[in-house]
Amino acid sequence: MSKALPLLEVKNLKKYYGDSSNLFRRNPEVVKAVDGVSFTIEKGETFGLVGESGSGKSTIGKSILRLSSITDGEVLYKGQNIHKLSKKDMRNLRPKLQFIFQDPYSSLNPRIRIGDAIGEALIDHGLVDKSEIRERVLEVLDICGLAPYQIDRYPHEFSGGQRQRIGIARAIILNPDFIVADEPVSALDVSIQAQIINLFSDLQKERDITFLFISHDLSVVEHLCSKIGVLYLGTMMELGSRDQLYGNPLHPYTKALLSAVPVPDPTLKRERIIIKGDIPNPADPPKGCKFHTRCPIATDMCRIEVPEFREVEANHFVACHFA
Amino acid sequence: MENPPITIASKSKAEKRKKSSLWGQVLQRFLKKKIALVGLGFLLFIFLFSLIGPFFSPYATEGVNPTQINLPPSSEHWLGTDKLGRDVLTRLMFAGRISLTVGVGAMVLSVTFGALLGILAGYYKGIIDQIVMRIADILMTLPSLPLLFIMAAVMSEWKVPTEQRLYIVMLMLSLVGWPGLARLVRSQVLSLRERQFIQATDALGLRDHRKLLNHLLPNIVPLLIVSGTLSIGGAILSESVLSYFGLGVVPPTASWGNMINAANSLIDFQKRPWLWIPPGIAIFLTVISINLLGDGLRDAIDPNMKRR
Ligand SMILES: Nc1ncnc2c1ncn2[C@@H]1O[C@H](COP(=O)(O)OP(=O)(O)OP(=O)(O)O)[C@@H](O)[C@H]1O
Ligand code: SF4
Ligand SMILES: [Mg+2]
Repeated sequence: MSKALPLLEVKNLKKYYGDSSNLFRRNPEVVKAVDGVSFTIEKGETFGLVGESGSGKSTIGKSILRLSSITDGEVLYKGQNIHKLSKKDMRNLRPKLQFIFQDPYSSLNPRIRIGDAIGEALIDHGLVDKSEIRERVLEVLDICGLAPYQIDRYPHEFSGGQRQRIGIARAIILNPDFIVADEPVSALDVSIQAQIINLFSDLQKERDITFLFISHDLSVVEHLCSKIGVLYLGTMMELGSRDQLYGNPLHPYTKALLSAVPVPDPTLKRERIIIKGDIPNPADPPKGCKFHTRCPIATDMCRIEVPEFREVEANHFVACHFA
Repeated sequence: MENPPITIASKSKAEKRKKSSLWGQVLQRFLKKKIALVGLGFLLFIFLFSLIGPFFSPYATEGVNPTQINLPPSSEHWLGTDKLGRDVLTRLMFAGRISLTVGVGAMVLSVTFGALLGILAGYYKGIIDQIVMRIADILMTLPSLPLLFIMAAVMSEWKVPTEQRLYIVMLMLSLVGWPGLARLVRSQVLSLRERQFIQATDALGLRDHRKLLNHLLPNIVPLLIVSGTLSIGGAILSESVLSYFGLGVVPPTASWGNMINAANSLIDFQKRPWLWIPPGIAIFLTVISINLLGDGLRDAIDPNMKRR
């Protein structure tokens, strides 16, 4: 099997938050925010990472781009270990790897005009001559659906959806190969979500960008992603192509998540599965299969033995004893 | 989730202008603070009085005038004369120049040191943070007045020329002034670091100097303006105390503090109130005005900023 090198390879990634004890709270326990996650993203593909709040999605996204340190594992971008790069090499690589933040209200500096915010990285990396900057900024503003006259405005003059467009413009002006989009629409109104999702699908079509698209909402991911990973308490539960996951979900957690997604065609009624209970405390996750406290088909074995993450069919992985 | 309307263009021109800059909003809020405006008015008056006043005075600030010693206020000498026959009003103006200069100079120095060290400590954390903050802790636990007295005594011991004492006093005041500011700045930087727009500068791979100067600094400027303004009052007060005890700015250079000192004999205190009441009022009014102005600025710049 001689496949071309994947664009991004995440191997056994672990991120533990250690001393979370502070003045008000003593908590010597370690939070295993990401506990041994592996996946690969091919060039041009959009990988969807799904999971509930606190499952470790942002932690994975930030670790991949070395915006936070990692406890163990490897992140290989075109074969090079990102966390082993020198500071200088990392800086030179930065424009190629971009991040779009969850909260459009805090991801823009309130004291910087958006034209400057979008253009400054180009200047700082010396990628474009100073005289061309304005032109380039106007170009990406147009791509992202913003008007030219808005270039000299401050962030507080924009709505949430517009700010998210600005965040996207700031990323794509650098011509990145790979973008991590961390729940880019979850802070927005439903009506505006659709517009931003359309912007992403335009970018997929018109530019050669690979995405890691993070979401807690499977219906958002379905539109955009060709490959999907389902995360639960820092562990990957199921991983497969969109068709495999939506057509043939194998993990009880995936099935439950999918049953909550509204189906456009009412004849295609999915059986509604309700997950009982709350997410366990990440500092003290259940033994055995982490999902057993909420799994409708859990057995004694699930409470003791950690299910192996195995390939059930080609490129379709699942961590469940009964899948 | 509230979402402002998308079409800005439909709004009236006036509203657009008003919204266009954060500082414009600050100014608008500030203009509503009557008490702060009174403070600003007093300060302007004191500044003009000290800077321009001497040009309208027929008297010199220095030199002895044996025929005019200790005269009470009159139409010739509005605030009387002192024991060397100098016009008190004129000296009050010149003293104002010195006291204000020391206050502003000490503020500029402590804001510069405090901001620089606070940003470095908050941004780089680790060993830099440890060193800076331990030094700041030590300086803050030592009571500042005794510390100033010791430094001033050393200065006197070294026979620092009179003209240069002014600058040494500024340095001394900033030495005790910067730690508090550095702490404020550091904690602000620590909280800014968690904001996504600072994380975004990492993702963009911006160079450190750009992160610090273009992204962190502008966001602590409001804090610097408010704390800086308030610190001028403290510096003027400390300078006055030092000079009163003859340890700060010393005669013949006049400062409000050493003018009060000239009245420290019982006779002067009881019989010649024109010697000590005017500089006392000048100090009092200046410090009060600065505090009113600072409080008003704080409320205008960030209505949510915590009171100290
Ligand atoms: N800086 C931190 N220090 C300590 N614990 C952290 C830190 N950041 C995240 N965590 C913990 O790690 C776990 C995963 O957090 P993460 O932000 O990655 O979740 P998420 O899937 O992105 O959730 P959300 O949908 O709410 O954004 C959570 O339990 C969280 O409390
Ligand atoms: S391993 Fe057991 S508990 Fe875990 S998902 Fe499968 S059936 Fe449920
Ligand atoms: Mg998140």
